[in-house]
Amino acid sequence: MTVLDVQDVTKVYGDGDTAVHALRGVRLAVDEGDYVAIMGASGSGKSTLMNILGCLDVPTGGRYLLDGLDVGALDDRRLAILRNRRIGFVFQSFNLIPRMSALANVELPLAYGGVKAAERRRRALAALEQVGLADRVDHEPNELSGGQQQRVAVARALVTAPALLLADEPTGNLDTRSTADVLGVLDRLSADGRTIVLITHENDVARRAKRVIRLVDGRIVEDRRTAPVGRPAIRSGGDELRADDR
Amino acid sequence: MTREVLRFALRGLAANKLRSGLTTLGILIGVGAVIMLVAVGNGSSQQVQKNIERLGTNTLTVMPSTAGGRGGAGGLARLFGGGGAGGRSQQTGPRAQAKSLTVEDARSLADAANVPSVKSVSPVVTSSSVNATYEGTAHAIQQFVGTYPAYFEASNDPVARGTYFTDDDVLNGRKVAVIGNTVAEDLFGTVDPLGRQITVSGVNFTVVGVLKTKGSSGFQDADDVAIAPLPAVQQSLTGYGALNQIVVQAKSPKVVDTAQAEVTDVLNQRHDISGSNTADFQILNQASLQSAISSSSRTFTVLLGAVAAISLLVGGIGITNIMLVTVTERTREIGIRKAIGAPKSAILGQFLVEATVLSLLGGLLGVAAGVVGSQFTVLGVRPVIVPSSIALALGVSVAIGLFFGSYPANRAAKLRPIEALRHE
Repeated sequence: MTVLDVQDVTKVYGDGDTAVHALRGVRLAVDEGDYVAIMGASGSGKSTLMNILGCLDVPTGGRYLLDGLDVGALDDRRLAILRNRRIGFVFQSFNLIPRMSALANVELPLAYGGVKAAERRRRALAALEQVGLADRVDHEPNELSGGQQQRVAVARALVTAPALLLADEPTGNLDTRSTADVLGVLDRLSADGRTIVLITHENDVARRAKRVIRLVDGRIVEDRRTAPVGRPAIRSGGDELRADDR
Repeated sequence: MTREVLRFALRGLAANKLRSGLTTLGILIGVGAVIMLVAVGNGSSQQVQKNIERLGTNTLTVMPSTAGGRGGAGGLARLFGGGGAGGRSQQTGPRAQAKSLTVEDARSLADAANVPSVKSVSPVVTSSSVNATYEGTAHAIQQFVGTYPAYFEASNDPVARGTYFTDDDVLNGRKVAVIGNTVAEDLFGTVDPLGRQITVSGVNFTVVGVLKTKGSSGFQDADDVAIAPLPAVQQSLTGYGALNQIVVQAKSPKVVDTAQAEVTDVLNQRHDISGSNTADFQILNQASLQSAISSSSRTFTVLLGAVAAISLLVGGIGITNIMLVTVTERTREIGIRKAIGAPKSAILGQFLVEATVLSLLGGLLGVAAGVVGSQFTVLGVRPVIVPSSIALALGVSVAIGLFFGSYPANRAAKLRPIEALRHE
């Protein structure tokens, strides 16, 4: 089933002579369970595409269907619900809310989704467990390392069981070990069948994805599948062989 | 979700305790000032009302209209120090032949056929600063009043100890007197004055009663007074000339104005006043005096309230200011909340609740401050809290929170998540 269907999406900032064409007609479909890495130099439009995919921004032209729903036709209120239920967002700079415990941060989307307190707590604890932070639930963001904060952010993104997990350079601000931690979490989620779209400019990160898309000047110039949907991604030469064996 | 929004708001306030506290202080001062100043205005107006009530109820005071002549007289003079302080006056310009008020005038007013609305009439003569002695102790009585017994009721001068003098005393010209508390204390000290004699200009008056304390008002002591039968005072102090005033009591509050008209008619006739002639007497109407003064004291209260309301407004602007700062400061947080699916209403609610909690808290503390402050006497006025001012001030403070918080809250709610997230 197609989770994401982007049809000829364009995005123009400003108008007239000063207009900036961030996206010049992007066509992209992502199936359920896929793990897509979008790569590109800065200014290539990958962040713009990400914001449109996350319903944080609206395209200038073209259509964007999420789970078969035309996002362009939705009003503010429905967009908020959509962001809440269908999309989990992981940012480069974590974007946890300060002075709120990890648990409260993870509970936040559920609170806005109208989930009852007890159920909320149960699900938030489960999500934190999933990212390996069950022992840090009461810590506030400033008491956590970068890697831990990002894992809290991942927990927050997946606590609503969204159709789509979007990650905007999730390891951009992390050291090698934390990067490995976070990517490990994403790998496991992918293995569980979660649809993930991630932006990165690191080949190491992109290699873990099942499909790599390269953007240049607002256009897709490369769309390469490295592993079939529904299968673990290729990690190394050995993995590649084993994947072929299957 | 409402509960969550409330919790987020409280958390936001708690995160900036000093700032929240100072903003609350602005509202506190505003609300406290409203309650307290309205209480002061109300207290002073009640004080004035009480002073007027001391003059007696349903009373008309007829005075010769040579304003300020004959040394201020009677009840009014005792309160306002010099007669003619407001009330209704029928005198302007010169007149052909001014006649003074006489006992006959008073008698004609007692005729029920002409003045059906009048209950009693008391002719009054007064003499001020009268020296009285008792066994070597001297005291200058501020007002020595000669009148009829009906005066006591009309001018609201009840006796605390002893008795009033009677019509019989008046008819026989007996030298008896009812004295005020100040006179009793100054002349007799601890001795019981009843039955004792005081000497006034060589004439002995027997004290038969002591008036109930009225208290002082302004610079005049309402208790520095002695009241004696009219003939006795005329004989010994004032002579048998004109009256200083005639105190007329109407039958009920409703007919005071009717009584005034009747009295005016009778006196016009007796004094040959008609058409072009200007009256040579004036009538002070307690009721109209009261309404004139209460309307002016209402203005005073409104003025005080308005001043206080301005400080409440300033406090409200303080809320807007601080909420704008808060929204700017937390733009990124708002962006995050929106990105993870907070609906507009939740953001709006959060900041509105923050503003309202600030102003409500300030309002409640302000009520406490206002109530406590009103327990003290301010500039000689004992504040009397108006309960509705508490409700109003609280209501207004909540409304201020909603009103002044709505602009920043709207701004927060309208932020586009993508821009809010980029905000540093």
